[in-house]
Order: sequence, then structure tokens, then C-alpha cells
Amino acid sequence: MELLMAVSIGVLTACGIYLMLRARTFPVVMGLMMLGYAVNLFLFSMGRLATEAPAVIGRAETHADPLPQALVLTAIVIGFAMTAYVVILIIRGRKTLEHDYVDDRVNERDHGVAEQGLSKRAVPMPPTPASAETDGEPRP
Amino acid sequence: MLLGISHRESMLNILWILLLPLLGACLPLMAARLGRAWCAGLTVLPVLVALALLLGTAPAILAGQVLQFELPWLGQLGLALALRVDGLSWLFALLILGIGVLVILYAHYYLDKNDSGGRFFALLLLFMGAMLGVVLSDNLLLLVLFWELTSISSFLLIGYWYQDSGARKGARMALAVTGAGGLALLAGMLLLGHIVGSYALGDVLAAGDQIRAHALYPLVLVLVLLGAFTKSAQFPFHFWLPHAMSAPTPVSAYLHSATMVKAGVFLLARFHPALAGTEMWGLLVTGVGLATLLLGAMTAMFRHDLKGLLAFSTISHLGLITLLFGLNTPMATVAALFHIVNHATFKASLFMAAGIIDHETGTRDMRLLGGLRRYLPYTAVLATIAAGAMAGVPLLNGFLSKEMFFAETVQARVFGTWHLLVPVIAVIAGGFSIAYSLRFIRDVFFRATPNWLEKKAPHEPPRYMRVPVEVLVVLCLAVGIVPMFMVGGLLSVAATATLGEPAPAFDLVIWHGFDTALQMSLVAMVLGLVIYHFRRRLHAWHERLPLRDVRFVFEAAIQGLGRVSGRLANSVVNGSLQRYMLLLLMMAFLLPASALWAWPHWTGSRALMPVDPVTAVGVFILCASAIGTVMTHHYRLAALVQLSAVGLMVALAFARFSAPDLALTQISVEIVTIVFLMLALYFLPQYAGNRSSRGRLIRDAGIASVVGAGVAALAWAVMTRPLESISGFFLEQSVPGGGGTNVVNVILVDFRGFDTFGEITVLALAAIGIYSLLDGLRIDAPGRPPGQLINPHPMIMTVVSRPMLPIALAVALYIFLRGHNLPGGGFIAGLITAVALILQFVGNGVNWTQDRMRMRYHPVLASGLLLALATGVGSWVFGYPFLTSAHTHVHVPLIGDVELATAMLFDLGVYLVVVSATLLIIGKLGSISAVPKSTEASH
Repeated sequence: MELLMAVSIGVLTACGIYLMLRARTFPVVMGLMMLGYAVNLFLFSMGRLATEAPAVIGRAETHADPLPQALVLTAIVIGFAMTAYVVILIIRGRKTLEHDYVDDRVNERDHGVAEQGLSKRAVPMPPTPASAETDGEPRP
Repeated sequence: MLLGISHRESMLNILWILLLPLLGACLPLMAARLGRAWCAGLTVLPVLVALALLLGTAPAILAGQVLQFELPWLGQLGLALALRVDGLSWLFALLILGIGVLVILYAHYYLDKNDSGGRFFALLLLFMGAMLGVVLSDNLLLLVLFWELTSISSFLLIGYWYQDSGARKGARMALAVTGAGGLALLAGMLLLGHIVGSYALGDVLAAGDQIRAHALYPLVLVLVLLGAFTKSAQFPFHFWLPHAMSAPTPVSAYLHSATMVKAGVFLLARFHPALAGTEMWGLLVTGVGLATLLLGAMTAMFRHDLKGLLAFSTISHLGLITLLFGLNTPMATVAALFHIVNHATFKASLFMAAGIIDHETGTRDMRLLGGLRRYLPYTAVLATIAAGAMAGVPLLNGFLSKEMFFAETVQARVFGTWHLLVPVIAVIAGGFSIAYSLRFIRDVFFRATPNWLEKKAPHEPPRYMRVPVEVLVVLCLAVGIVPMFMVGGLLSVAATATLGEPAPAFDLVIWHGFDTALQMSLVAMVLGLVIYHFRRRLHAWHERLPLRDVRFVFEAAIQGLGRVSGRLANSVVNGSLQRYMLLLLMMAFLLPASALWAWPHWTGSRALMPVDPVTAVGVFILCASAIGTVMTHHYRLAALVQLSAVGLMVALAFARFSAPDLALTQISVEIVTIVFLMLALYFLPQYAGNRSSRGRLIRDAGIASVVGAGVAALAWAVMTRPLESISGFFLEQSVPGGGGTNVVNVILVDFRGFDTFGEITVLALAAIGIYSLLDGLRIDAPGRPPGQLINPHPMIMTVVSRPMLPIALAVALYIFLRGHNLPGGGFIAGLITAVALILQFVGNGVNWTQDRMRMRYHPVLASGLLLALATGVGSWVFGYPFLTSAHTHVHVPLIGDVELATAMLFDLGVYLVVVSATLLIIGKLGSISAVPKSTEASH
């Protein structure tokens, strides 16, 4: 049973990470959710697996570890809040940027043709420290 | 021991000596608008009081006492606010406060009307306090703290005229060099504390033999010396000092002659009992001092700028002092301390004189000046006397310490067979020192007056601007004529404190026979005249030298560093979030993986549970849906459906493994999330084709598999090990302490209630954040004009959803009430309520539902949070810690035994927050594209 749990956690992690590395926002959100499942199960399994042993006094002979359960319970709710927030960000981002790519540099090597109507501006690079240091004076 | 501890009030007084300038730094800022005179007056006030307090301790100090004050601070770190006043720190504190008063007076006249007096004086007091902290600290860490404060405050003072690029660069260079030295010093002090086992200065100084015998001694010595040498501008770190001359002249007079650069030599003196006395100390300190002495003296001769000359002269004199400390004889220490005092007096007055010349003529270039004695006769006399002291002319204080220095160099044996090197270089440097002093006086005050200066006709500065110079020059004379009366006793106690043993008997007299020292002085004087005579040829020769200005080298190095780090940063931080994600994941994986790579114990000793077929099927479905989600993620709706299957299987897994609360939470969150994502998908492309290259897909799949395998292995390793948990406490205390049998819920609302309070706060914040992100946003769904949806709310949905609401609410109430004893509680009840209400939105439309449910979510959200907070605070009223719960059982017909605990109120708060946050989020998202009422009404 432990092996099955470990495999499930591994598969969920792998799928989550694969999706998080995608170029567009929606799969990334799905990946985050998947990773959330994996992490919750992982945390939960830190209390070890037990069957027929709910952490309710008087309802079972032995009790599963209640502490990871309490932690995971809040993690599930917070996970929802985070997912919701990220989703709203991508909706807002799509409205503003007119595309739903994680990166703004859609025309570069990794993606073939840009989606129609995409903005094509590149990410403005911050000035290099060297150029900021010169104070506009001629170099010696 | 001749050290004694004195009475209480003087102990508190030494705290005030330190605090007055630090706290007083606010005064000039507040007085700035009252005018310049008020500003300077209020600045000088705390300094005068501190000086009076210091002088009040004089009898005790001169009697050989040590005053100490200690206030515990961060005991675990070994840091205490511990101060000590002994002969050495008293001498330095006197210089800092005494010359400080004179500099404030001088600066009052020096600063231009447009300069911000408040900022200047505040920084000056801050620096003064920091400097006092360095010399008064009785704790190594405290000393480093104030040391850093001197670096920072001097940075701000040097860059006072920040509009000027030179001032900015000079300040930056000073900060870079002294700051780096400060880091080295910190490391050295930490090592010292490690060796001795205490950061108390007294312990460290008493453990000299232990330190010198320790294997880390060479490292400690080098680190501490780095701190001292950078601060005292010793070769090869001397280059920042001349560039710090872009500071206002009062700052130069104070920081770069009398105080800040003296912090380095103070360090040499302070740690003398702990570190000195080895061959390494002798070679390093003497060698560096000797090199600095010669280099500074020679370079000073080639400077045309008055302040540049004085800066290199300062470097040279600091080298002289360092050299004396390196010689490590009791008399050399006395001579070093004596020269510290003498140099502070004559150099401060010379800087002030240079400032007056600059102020009155507008230039500091000696090639342009000349004949100023006709216009500034009084200043000319003062400057000449001070320069005489710098050159070491008899009857002036510089002469006495220079004679002592020459006498010591003859006896120096640190360089073995090369021992003559020290006196020879000392004489050469002495010659240069006489030459540049002569130049300072003759080129500025004598010679013929240039034409431009005649037209300008400069005049004497204001009467009181000269007072500080007069005081200092009188001191030069007094010390030079009656040395034993002026400083004999003070030097004796300072040398005692420095050496850690009684100081040698010494006699400061002007005439001690035609001995070696006097002969060396005479040779140096002749040499100086010769050098001065051939100065034009020397200058011409110097100009042909292929020397590069250190500033350019430093700037080029800084710019090079900037370029390299910029390139490095740009190559990593290239603006691609995808890449950041990748790097982050790789790091998160590689760090633990590198530690666990060769771990042999992946499988623990815990007995495994048997596999049952139902669970195996469940795991298969879970994995299949997860992989299916990945395979079909371009078809987003299909992927979402499969993702929801994953979530359901996770909920079932919780149920299977004895976590009913988690299962209930997961399943209700799952419903809310999927509904939410469906709604979100309405505003996003439904299909997104594959645009990634094949190589990238394989790479990502590889990374994901490896990380997944690593996490699975880790989970396996943990799960197969026996459990040692703190949960026994919760299981035992749940009923007696929390009054509930559902331990998970009791943990949430009672034991870890404060965490839960944090969680619901986050939830509320997320909801409000989402609301504000969406507020005012209006998006039309892609490809579908509004108002043209065919039958958006099917009849069967409408019919089923409406009666569901009361049923679901009743279930939620039940789940809420039983939560303390059986699976359930505020989180789950809140989610069930939210699902029931969301169903109404789905079944009947946003407008229909909102018309009937005139609830504003924000107040509910806030009241939920406040209720939870009030429950926690309520226990304060009864004198218990935050969120202590009280409970009692009440039997309610039909429902059964109901727990009435204050924790339930807290849970009610949780419930309200969960309901209102969820509805706020979904309702807002639903309404940004809602068909306007008029359109819907027509259906």
C-alpha cells in the first residue's frame, strides 16, 4: 500500500511539473493544482498510512496522526485561494497582454508562429549596472 | 591588577557620553528651520555635555581606574551593551569630543548658505557617536557594530555634496574599502570570540597567550589587520583617503585627520595585549607601516592640491604610528600614542587652514597661490606653526614624538639583518615630510602674489572661524614646550591600558643631548631642504612617470565587475518566466538530491500494509487521469474533467486512509475549484495547439519524471519508517483540553487556532485581491457575442437546483455543529454552503440569484475575521492566553449532544470567511461577463 501511495505521489508530481513547464498559462494552473494534490498527499503520508483509524476519540481503537491532517486541511483551502488568485491573474493578464503565454517572448525560438493578434514587443531589459555607474561622464 | 571598578553614577555617565551625540543627532534636523546659528548651537550642546561628563571622569582615569558599564542585550549572541573607559579609550574619546566641538564651530562658518546645515550636523553627530562607540566598546561585537556605523556615516559625510560626481565616487570608494575591511574585522572578531569563548573585551585581552598559541592566530591577525589597515588608509588600501577629500573641509579635518582614520590605529592599540608580540605581527605591522610612511610622504610632495598634500601626509603619519605599534616595545607604544594626539592637533588645524584658504581665494592649487601672508597674516602665522609641528620643528609637539620615533627605529630589530632599513626609511620620509611642510607654507603664504589674487584681494575669515585653529595651535605649542605637564599623566595611563601592564617610566623633554635621534632629525632637515630645492625637477620627473590615477583603476574595476555581473545576471535572468520556473525546480530538486544521492537506506523497517484490490484500482484511476490530463492538456475542457477525476481520487484516498475531514474538505474544494476553472475557461482559449519543439517536450518530460521519482522515493523512505510524532499530546488532550473528540478539528480551532486564524486571513486577502483585480473588468467571451447563448440555464438544472438549497444548508448546519466531535467543522460546512449557493448561480444564472440573495460579501468576510479575532482576544479578558477555549456540553433534541465551546464561535468565524470568500471570488468572476439584466429579462 505504501508503494502505491508513493507511486501516486510521484506520478502526480511528475505530471504537475510537466504541466508547470508549459508555455501557456492554463496548463500551468492545472500543473499547480496537480502539484498541490501531490504535496498534500505527501504531507498527509508523513503521518504514515492507517486504515479504519480516524482521529476521532472513541470511534476507533487506534488513531491516525491528526497533525498532518490538520495541516493538510488548511493547505487544501489555501490551495484553492491560491489557484483562484492565479487564475484571475491570467484572465487579467490575457486581457491586458492580449495573449495567454507565460512568457512575453512568444516569437522566439521555442514557438513557431505567433498566435494572431499577439503583441510582439519584447520584455524590456533592465539597464546593466555598468551603464548605470558611469554618471554620464566619459570613461577614463 | 591596578584596575578598579568605580561607583555607579559615573558608570551611567559613560553611557550618556555615548548616547548624547547619537540622540543629539536629531537636534540639528529639528533646528534646521530655526536658522544656521541655532542649528550649530544645538549641535554643540550635547557634545559639550558629553565632554563635561568625560572630563568629570578624569580624576578616576588618571588614578588608573577602569570604568565599566554593562547592559545585557542579545545574550545568546554574546552581544552586550558593554562600555569601558580606561586610559586608552579616554584619550580617544577626548580627541573625538574635543576636536568635534572645534569642528562644529568651524563648520558653522565654513558651510555655504545653500548647504543643508541640519543634514550636515546630524551626520556629524551620528559619526561622532559611532566613533565614540568604537573606542568605548567593551564587547567585540558591539565594537564591530559601531565600526560599521562609522563607515556608513562617513560615507554619507564624504558624499555630502552629492550633486558632485567626484564626491559620490569618493564616498563610494571609501565605503567599498572600509566596508570590506569591516567585514574582515567582523570575521576576525568572531574567530577571536571563538578562540576565547567570550566576546567580552576584558576576557579577550586577558587571553593573549591562548590566542597567540592557537592554530587560527595567523588568520585572526590578518583579518583584524585588514580591518585596521583599510580604515587607517595603510598601503595598499591607502588610495581611498585622497578621494575622500571631496568631502567638505570640516569633514576632512575631523574624519580624515583626527578620528576615523585613527580608528584603525586604535584597533592596533586596543588589541595589542591580545595579538601583538609575535614575529608575524612585527613583520606585517612594521612592514606595512614602513611602506605607507614612505609612500605617503613622497606622494604628498607631488600633490598640488592643498588637501591632497594633507591627505597623503596623513597617510604617511598613520604609517608612522602603525610602524611604532609594529615595533612592539613599551616605549614605541608610548611614542605611538603621543603621535596620535600630536597628529590629531596639528593636522586638524592644517585642514582648517586649508579650508580657510580655499574659502577666501576659491582655489586650493598651490601652483596658483602665493603671497597670502599679506592678506591673511593671522592665518599665515597659525598655519606656519601647525606646519612646523607637522615637519617636527623643535618647541612644537610634532618634534617630540618624531624624536621618540627616530630613537625607536634605531633599536628596531624586526627585520633581522636588514634592521637599518627602518631608520633609513624613517629619515628619508622625515626629509620628505619637511619638504612638503615647507612647500605648504612657502608656496601659499610667501613668494610673490599672483596677479589674479591681487585683484581678488582675499581677507581674513570671520573672527570665530579662526578660533578652532587658534585653540589647536596653542595646544601644539603648549605640548611642545611643557609636554610632561600637558600630556605626561594621560600618556602614562593610556600606555598602561594599551599594554595591559604598567607603562614604562618616560620623560618627555625637549633637549636630551646630541643623541642619535637628534642627528637623524638634522639629516632629515637637510634632506628636506635639498628635496624642496629640487622640487621643480622632481615634479617634472614625476609627471613623466607612467602612473595611473588610482581612482580610474578603481572605477574601471568597479565597472568591470558591474559588466560581468550584469552579463551574468542577464544570462540567467533573461525575462523568461518559463526558464525561471525550470531553474527553480531544478534547484529544488538538485539540492536535496545531491545530499541524498548515495543514501543507502531508502527502505525503512516499518511493516508494510497489504494491498487491497479496490485501492489498487483507485490508484490506477488516479494515475491514469493524471497522465490523461497531461496528454490532453491542449484540449482544455477535457483536461479539466480529467483533473477533477484526479481530485476526486485524492479525496477517496483521504477517506481510505482514515482522514474523513480531509476527504470532505477535498471533495467540496474540488467542486468549487472545478466550477471556478470552468468559469475561467470561458474567458480563455479552449484549445491551444502544441508549439513547443520535440526536444523541449522530451527535456521537460525527463525533468518531470526524475523529480517525480525523487519525490516518490522520499515519500517511500518516510512511509516505511516508524513514526515518532508529537501527536500523542493532541490525542490525549483533545477531550480534556479542547472539549471535542474530533482531534483534527480541535487542533484547527483550539491547539493551533492561531495558525487557522492566519489561514483564514490569507483566504480573505486572496478574495479581496481577486475582487480588486476583477473590479471594473469586463470581458466578452471569445467567439460568442453576448446575449446569444441558447438556453443558458436548462430547465432540469433550474428545477433540481432550487430545492437543493435548503437541503444543502441543513447539511451544512449539521456538519458545522457536529464538527467538534465528528468529521466536519467550519471549513467543510462553509464549503458545502458555498457549493449549494454556487449551484444556484449555475442553475439559475447570476442575475436571478443575485436578485434573491442580496448579500454583500465584504461585510460578511470582515465580520467572520473579526469574530475569530474577538474569540481569541476574548480569552484575554478572562486572563488566559490568546485563543484559550472554554467549553460545555448541551443536549439538544434531535441533534444530540452539542458541544458549546468558545472554539465554536471561532469556527463560526472560519465558516463565514470561507463562505463569503468563495462566493466573492466566484460571484465576481461570474459577473464580469454576465449578460446585462435587460437582455436576460427578454428571454
